Amino acid sequence: MEHHSNIVPWEITAKINGFTVRYANVNRDGTLNYEDLENKTSNKTKIVSLSHVSNVSGVINDVQRVAEVAHEHGALMLVDGAQSVPHMPVDVRELDADFLAFSGHKMLGPTGIGVLYAKRTLLEEMRPFQGGGEMIKEVAFAGAREKCDISLNDPPWKFEAGTPNICGAVALNEAVRYLQRIGMDQVQAHECYLTNYAIKRMQELNNVTLHGTTDTALKCSIIPFSVRGLSSHDAALFCDNYGIMIRSGFHCAQPLHQIFNLMSSARASFYIYNTREEIDRFIEVLKETEQLQ
Amino acid sequence: MKNVDDFVARIEGACGAEKDVIVVFKFDKKDEALTNIFRCAQLKRSIAGIIHEMTFKDYTFRVYSSGKAIFRSIKDKKELNDLLSALLLQDQNSRCAPARPFR
Repeated sequence: MEHHSNIVPWEITAKINGFTVRYANVNRDGTLNYEDLENKTSNKTKIVSLSHVSNVSGVINDVQRVAEVAHEHGALMLVDGAQSVPHMPVDVRELDADFLAFSGHKMLGPTGIGVLYAKRTLLEEMRPFQGGGEMIKEVAFAGAREKCDISLNDPPWKFEAGTPNICGAVALNEAVRYLQRIGMDQVQAHECYLTNYAIKRMQELNNVTLHGTTDTALKCSIIPFSVRGLSSHDAALFCDNYGIMIRSGFHCAQPLHQIFNLMSSARASFYIYNTREEIDRFIEVLKETEQLQ
Repeated sequence: MKNVDDFVARIEGACGAEKDVIVVFKFDKKDEALTNIFRCAQLKRSIAGIIHEMTFKDYTFRVYSSGKAIFRSIKDKKELNDLLSALLLQDQNSRCAPARPFR
């Protein structure tokens, strides 16, 4: 169920470093097959990497349960929080995540910046992946000035070589503060309400098929769907004519579409600025597509 | 002498197994582009006045009132460029139907 960003880097580094990436199965309703994940985790497993919330189906994974399995086998747990951190309260300690990453652009912040949380002990063990200014404490000639000795800075600066994206960081900080002022439990409640309402209304339409689970106890804020007689791109362009933005295509998660046996999908998603009235309008627009029958 | 770039703002290869190609016409040229397409291609049906299903030669495609079009089964850039040239740059007085301005 992973976004390509949680597949491609692993496949690239697997080729370089000679390890194998194994994939846990997904059930027909888009939920994770926990038994399969447990069976595929062994003492050879180094890291388990999982999205907290699927960006296609909105399914919320039980990260705590998976982290427990990973840690039992001595593996690290990495969580892709890009689709969860903007939409619900997330506590890295409660999840027992070793790493958790999320993006600014999905939470009212700017593009090109994100956050990687890691447990301090891991940050201290890890080597920097880039070299430059700011990430060192000292660079000085040694002995006869034929070489330089360097001493690394403390984390997180150890990983922040060069002039950082200062504007992005300031803007993302403001986005975080804004969401915190609203309260992430309020954000989640609002989105759950909208998702429930939209699912109920979309199920009234004969020519619309919802993909994956519709149980909002298992998912949040995302509804993947197809419109009979229209490709996902047609559906998106049709809605676009009415000023309604949905996404179409693979959503950077092609393997999940293979599991759903879909060429592509349309995706309605909600955030704090959406309203029930907008969903009513969306349904009216989708009704117009019934003329295609 | 006009060329396709005068009408087209951008071309996007939509992701998805359908391999659709979305052509976005320039805002100030979209009416002219759609009028030219309507003059040359055959309208199969319109849905809600928004989606216009068209045929031209062996191609079936959809044009949107917002100034976008979706083409399918296009092999490469050259094929798309040839098709767009035929649709957008045709001689208005020769082989196409009488002008039917797009509204």
